[in-house]
Amino acid sequence: MNAYKKLNKSTQKLLINIVVIFAVYIVVTIMDASGNLSSLMRGLLVPVCAYSLVAVGLNLCVGYLGELSLGHAGFMCIGAFTSAFFSKAFQDTIPDVPRFILALIIGTAMAAIFGFLIAIPVLRLKGDYLAIVTLAFGEIIKNVITVMYVGKDSNGFHFSLKDQMSLGMELDGKMIINGAQGISGTPRQSTFGLAVLLLIVALIITHNFVNSRTGRAVKAIRDNQIAAETVGLPITKYKLTAFTLSAAIAGVGGVLYAHNINSLTATTNNFGYNMSIMILVYVVLGGIGSFSGSIIAAVVLTLLPEMLRGLSNYRMLIYSIVLIGLMLFNWAPSILKWRQQHGLKAILSKFNKNKEVQ
Amino acid sequence: MSLLEVTNLGISFGGLRAVDELNLQIEQGELYGLIGPNGAGKTTVFNMLTGIYEPTDGTIFLDGKDITGKRTADINKAGIARTFQNIRLFGDQSVLDNVKIGLHNSYEYSTATGIFRLPKFFSTEKEMTAKAMEILSVFGLDKSKDLLASNLPYGKQRELEIARALATEPKLLLLDEPAAGMNPNETRDLMNTIALIRKEFGVTILLIEHDMKLVSGICEKLTVLNFGRVLSQGKTSEVLNDPEVIKAYLGE
Repeated sequence: MNAYKKLNKSTQKLLINIVVIFAVYIVVTIMDASGNLSSLMRGLLVPVCAYSLVAVGLNLCVGYLGELSLGHAGFMCIGAFTSAFFSKAFQDTIPDVPRFILALIIGTAMAAIFGFLIAIPVLRLKGDYLAIVTLAFGEIIKNVITVMYVGKDSNGFHFSLKDQMSLGMELDGKMIINGAQGISGTPRQSTFGLAVLLLIVALIITHNFVNSRTGRAVKAIRDNQIAAETVGLPITKYKLTAFTLSAAIAGVGGVLYAHNINSLTATTNNFGYNMSIMILVYVVLGGIGSFSGSIIAAVVLTLLPEMLRGLSNYRMLIYSIVLIGLMLFNWAPSILKWRQQHGLKAILSKFNKNKEVQ
Repeated sequence: MSLLEVTNLGISFGGLRAVDELNLQIEQGELYGLIGPNGAGKTTVFNMLTGIYEPTDGTIFLDGKDITGKRTADINKAGIARTFQNIRLFGDQSVLDNVKIGLHNSYEYSTATGIFRLPKFFSTEKEMTAKAMEILSVFGLDKSKDLLASNLPYGKQRELEIARALATEPKLLLLDEPAAGMNPNETRDLMNTIALIRKEFGVTILLIEHDMKLVSGICEKLTVLNFGRVLSQGKTSEVLNDPEVIKAYLGE
């Protein structure tokens, strides 16, 4: 307990978050093992973690860099497709575990590279303009992938943007990316445990990043760019660094997502602006700048529509009411005041005080 | 050779000539005042010196190096730091972190070192905190180190801005109306603080100020601007008795 108290506040919070995530993991695993988890829920475990990861990545961009990106589903898409491509292409040549590790690295790295390249022109813009351009880039990524045809035969890889026939493959060739049908038959290697592990790692990395020399500089640029320049901070460099890291984390989410489904396609619903906006909703409702909040919002808002399935047509109605309720809970002044007096924090601090008195 | 040599500096915004033919020499260790009526172009001069505006003509030499039209961050590295008339702190960060951001270029470790918490992270952060606390204690801000900068009282925010500027180890410190919004007691404290930082940090200071008590009390030399042009320049006592200055700015 003493060692815990010595840590600074943000590190304490991080530890609590990790412990909570781990506890949830154990509870869910026990429920699964004892047959208390519906197959629907079981199917959602990995996607929830994947969305949480993308939300954590976007929160780094929105909350700490202070720039609104509406294209993070695009980076998720790149992570998903490059890693699935790798896994599929080397399915027979590399054993499972090292192949997945390589796929994870490649997916993350490609998302980071694209994040970096897109950030160079995009971060010259501000506010709404930046949002619009990132939205467009996200769509471009998704649309380019839907017209890509890649196959592999004994001569190596073949690539086309036209159709399957123009690849000119030998008879032994197999399709890897088949245009709008995407990649099918990716090895399903994303387990819930792995997803939770990656989520925890992402939390640690983002926490360490924002509490380091670079993170301070990024926050300084967000708070006041002119002042940041006059104390000698290289603005562009740090904006690019933060955006690249943010895209890379979204890429990890994509890798998880891709290795959890049989057929990976780039549609509006999974990688288009719908998803980008959905992830932004997680970030805003969870609290801008709060990584744990992003995760909670992602979990609640992914599970909720599924749990409400029984209500069929009223599902989305209730969903939107919950959104409004969450928004009020986070921002309405009177509720904030009530939370200050009666919230979890207030109760805990009262509890601590009583203890000290005794 | 002077620390700062400004020759024929001028800037136009469209048809408006905001500053014209400004010549300025500041010697090492001097405390120099820039005064004049509102809209005379004082802050514009600061913005040109720090690279926020690019001058239309003229040159700026700092310590023999040409810094005309350089980028703001590079000018800071060359040795000019400043404060702002409307305070620009990093409001959502702690007092300590504000100064640590000022120390950014003096202490280095890579982004990866920070993310993976390598040993160099801990040792460098420790040094940075120690140095930042040393600077904060000069201003008596060391007790408020964990407060958010935006939660400090107004006068303390101004001092924190000076502390942050000093953390970048400047040769020349530009203070834009440091006493604005302060009561007479606070102004007196500020005069003592300025005298103290000259002694402690050995820094040359150029300040804009409207408070004549402060100006006549601490500035050694003055330049008076009016409508973007130099009205008078020289030793403080001589300038303040210049009939032109009295007519245009001080009032008879």
